[in-house]
Amino acid sequence: MATAVTEKYRTVIGLEFHVQLLTESKMFCACSAQYAANPPNTVVCPVCLGLPGALPVINEKVIECIVMTGMALNSQIPEFAKFDRKNYPYPDLPKGYQISQFDLPFCIEGHLTLDEEDGGRTIGITRVHQEEDTAKSTHVTAASGERYSLVDFNRSGVPLMEVVTEPDIASPEEAAAFGRKLRQIVRYLGISTGNMEDGAMRCDANISVWPADAPLGDIKVEVKNMNSFRAVERALYFEQERQTRILESGNDTRVTETRGWVETSGETVSQRTKEEAHDYRYFPEPDLPPLQLSREWIEGVREKLPELPAAKKERFMAEFDLSDYDASLLTQSRDLADYFEAASAGAKNAKAVANWMSRNLLQRLNESGSEIGDCKISPDALAEMILMIESGAISNRMAQEVFDQMFDTGKSAKVIVKEQGLAQISDEDELAGIVATVIAENPAAVQDFNQGKKRAIGFLVGQVMKATRGKANPGIVNQKLQEALRQD
Amino acid sequence: MTDSEGSDSISRADVQHVANLARLALSAEEEERFQHQLSAVFEHFQKLSALDTEQIPPTAQVIPLKNVMRPDTVEPSLAEQDVLANAPDREGDQFRVRAILDF
Amino acid sequence: MNLSTLTVHEAQDLLGRGETTSVELTEAVLARIEAVDETVKAYVTVTVEQARAQAQAADARRAQDGADAPPLLGIPAAIKDVINTKGVRTTCSSRMLENYIPPYDATVMQKLNAQGSVLVGKTNMDEFAMGSSTEHSAFFTTRNPWDTDRVPGGSSGGSAAAVAADEAVFSLGSDTGGSIRQPAALCGVVGMKPTYGRVSRYGLVAFASSLDQIGPFTKDVTDCAIVLEAICGQDPKDATSAPEVVPAWREAMKQDVRGLRIGVPREYFGEGTDPAVEESVREAIDQMMALGVEVEDVSLPHTDHALATYYIIAPAEASANLARYDGIRYGHAAQDAESMWEAYSRTRGEGFGSEVKRRILVGTHALSSGYYDAYYLKAQKVRTLIAADFQQAFEWVDAIVSPTSATVAFKIGERIDDPISMYLSDLYTLPGNVAGLPGISLPCGLADGLPIGLQFVGKPFEESTLLRLAFAYEQASGVRYTPALA
Ligand SMILES: [Mg+2]
Ligand SMILES: [Zn+2]
Repeated sequence: MATAVTEKYRTVIGLEFHVQLLTESKMFCACSAQYAANPPNTVVCPVCLGLPGALPVINEKVIECIVMTGMALNSQIPEFAKFDRKNYPYPDLPKGYQISQFDLPFCIEGHLTLDEEDGGRTIGITRVHQEEDTAKSTHVTAASGERYSLVDFNRSGVPLMEVVTEPDIASPEEAAAFGRKLRQIVRYLGISTGNMEDGAMRCDANISVWPADAPLGDIKVEVKNMNSFRAVERALYFEQERQTRILESGNDTRVTETRGWVETSGETVSQRTKEEAHDYRYFPEPDLPPLQLSREWIEGVREKLPELPAAKKERFMAEFDLSDYDASLLTQSRDLADYFEAASAGAKNAKAVANWMSRNLLQRLNESGSEIGDCKISPDALAEMILMIESGAISNRMAQEVFDQMFDTGKSAKVIVKEQGLAQISDEDELAGIVATVIAENPAAVQDFNQGKKRAIGFLVGQVMKATRGKANPGIVNQKLQEALRQD
Repeated sequence: MTDSEGSDSISRADVQHVANLARLALSAEEEERFQHQLSAVFEHFQKLSALDTEQIPPTAQVIPLKNVMRPDTVEPSLAEQDVLANAPDREGDQFRVRAILDF
Repeated sequence: MNLSTLTVHEAQDLLGRGETTSVELTEAVLARIEAVDETVKAYVTVTVEQARAQAQAADARRAQDGADAPPLLGIPAAIKDVINTKGVRTTCSSRMLENYIPPYDATVMQKLNAQGSVLVGKTNMDEFAMGSSTEHSAFFTTRNPWDTDRVPGGSSGGSAAAVAADEAVFSLGSDTGGSIRQPAALCGVVGMKPTYGRVSRYGLVAFASSLDQIGPFTKDVTDCAIVLEAICGQDPKDATSAPEVVPAWREAMKQDVRGLRIGVPREYFGEGTDPAVEESVREAIDQMMALGVEVEDVSLPHTDHALATYYIIAPAEASANLARYDGIRYGHAAQDAESMWEAYSRTRGEGFGSEVKRRILVGTHALSSGYYDAYYLKAQKVRTLIAADFQQAFEWVDAIVSPTSATVAFKIGERIDDPISMYLSDLYTLPGNVAGLPGISLPCGLADGLPIGLQFVGKPFEESTLLRLAFAYEQASGVRYTPALA
């Protein structure tokens, strides 16, 4: 989009995330929440199948997860919360209504501040509330051409948390950045995998574009079906452009509607306009008494709250003297940060650990598409390698080779060095002998040196390294050469 | 509600709208009958509007219970053969329905 | 002696002394069903084989347990067809669930089964418990054993008629606006709706979740206490079930009533109440006074608004509770529909009867956008006022006394086309549901050969007081009401 057009308009985006929570059992019944790991319709009971007469009972862990998220998002936790029925008949909704929260959710009025590199703005969080997931339907076209659907209720009743932002987001990039930040937080809290790809985290976005100098109108376009943060960004960018073009035409034909993102064609298509929208007829869920969480209960949850990314990053910068960049990188995930702290404790040199992690470890993980949790190098093993460099047992250069082998095989640095005879030669007498031989064999270079071409020493160091197949301790080699040449 | 029928009565269109929300197929005869019956019923409900309830909190539940929750533990689900035993239509281990189209 | 006429406690005594067996008792009840149910039509399903097997098992267990046998061991019971019975068809008297066989037992069934009671069958009702006459059953209308041209009341009409006609020793029903007490009154038996939360609703097919409550029909007050003790108690599967301890009611009810105060609400007498009903109830009140009970005039000023309140809240909740009947997982499914939505709507259009449809429409409208505040929210606020009326009255009195229903059993067909006149038959019972209070109905006389019901409504969780009053009255009156059925 041209800059001039961008300045003429402003984009208003609000996001809604549905986050599947990692609990043992479902939201309102004791069926396993491992819906995908089981054959269809095997983790279902009268409650999550919506059989006549079955009743819901709240899973306490879910409330804990939601309140914890609210705290991480700087929300108020109101004293009183209740559940409501959201009525909409649909084959994947066995009761014909979803148990959700309407006017009294668990968390309200929060905010989340984006990282500096993402613009650093603070985005308001309207609410965080509880919901239950629907069943999964599969669409089938038979050989005869007949079309029908199959429904598996394993996912029915799996706990969901919905996070709703204020319409504070101003660009598709910012929307994606917010999503990633939220994902980082739910992963830190250990309450969700946060994976967009398998639907454990889903994003719906409301977007509208308005002339920059006019008040906002009330048209809202909701975009759905985005399976990654990249898709969120692309879909919103598409929609921003589409709406801008309509405004540019001078005839605003936009309507409030739901549009679906089509990944393959890279466009959004209209699914439903407001005229056909549901009337959800929310009313208080009579089967569930309300919640009035005690201060004690809430403080108990607060005590379980882990150190969050922003605080951890600040601490890493202060405690380990890391750069903003390294601190951000190493607090990306809790596992990574824990790894860093464990390795630092062993190596007693946090900066070296940070360097090895940011320059080598993360690169290798990226290349292999794996996570820190899959890494064959333990934090202790990395620390041991760094201590070996510092003691002179291996050179920095050799360490690169040793590190790669550690990454591939999971063997320790000591074992690799021993197996392959890679230990650095730091023995002064041994090196003095080799230096003497090199000087004897390269009279031309020695002469150059003596004539003032100090660079010639580099050639001689190279010869020593060559003779020792790189194992010589370069510091000692240098020192011995200087000594020997001065004697000449 | 349409004005022509009086402010409290239920029109045929109201019945159709509500029946659609409730996914309830009605015959023309039923629509007409329910229009009359609902009009009478909602007229009776007008009785409530005479009461001043401005300062009265609503009661959704009469029992003064709060914070009733269960621990996050798994118990056995239904036996497999029981899950689909009442299904009007099935294919393998899934419920079969007419094609679910997006709205 | 015909064993089918026994009360629970009489049967207990005979069984305990070894003078009869559960098999004999069950056979007597089955024979009675065989003899009269063609006329009474109390049952949707009679579980002959299961009853025989359970009776045999009960006798075997009694041989083991001896004096420790639970009170309901081997006693034949009828269960309203709205309570889930594992492996036994549970229809709610609806086409929608005509062939539905639940894979689980309601909590009350688990409790009865644990005591070893014998299930003889599932009883007819108004479809999904919506009605006051059983005329809204999709299958047939149950007849009042006192006059088979008349309704037994409803919605638990089958359960009331079964006990009145000795087709079961006791039965369970459900009461959302009077559906236990009103048919108990019309059939001349004892019926109780416990405090909301006393009995687990898990497995009770929901009509109006904030009002529904399961309770017993029995031949006398002692039996009522026995069955109540068996079915009450907190259930982890029902988040609205109460933690209150379950008292030993069979003992508690014997406590003297001298000094108890009962209130006569002026709004429950006069216009609309059948004079013969009023006269009987007034006589009963006089008899209570003679027993040392103090009688006070009280006022429940919002009585006039209870009907509208109830008929907004109950259908609103019902409209959501009945949304699950979509023909996918169970129940009736429309054939040859073109689309998913057509299948959905036709399934429901074909599966539900008129009264159910009417209430779904009323409830949906009352909750719908633009009407919620005027109807649903308003009704919830008036609900607060109605509950407050009772609270105020209970500062002066221990229980409210009134007729259970304004009239005796009416003729079949008499009110079927006029929903509001039908709804009026619950005028004195439904405020108790709106406020969540316990209520008991017991017979207190006859008018033109038809039973009249006396109702006591009490404070939350004070069923003991109601049982004391009812037991005292029953002992004093000394009448046993039995219909002269062929
Ligand atoms: Mg939602
Ligand atoms: Zn379940």
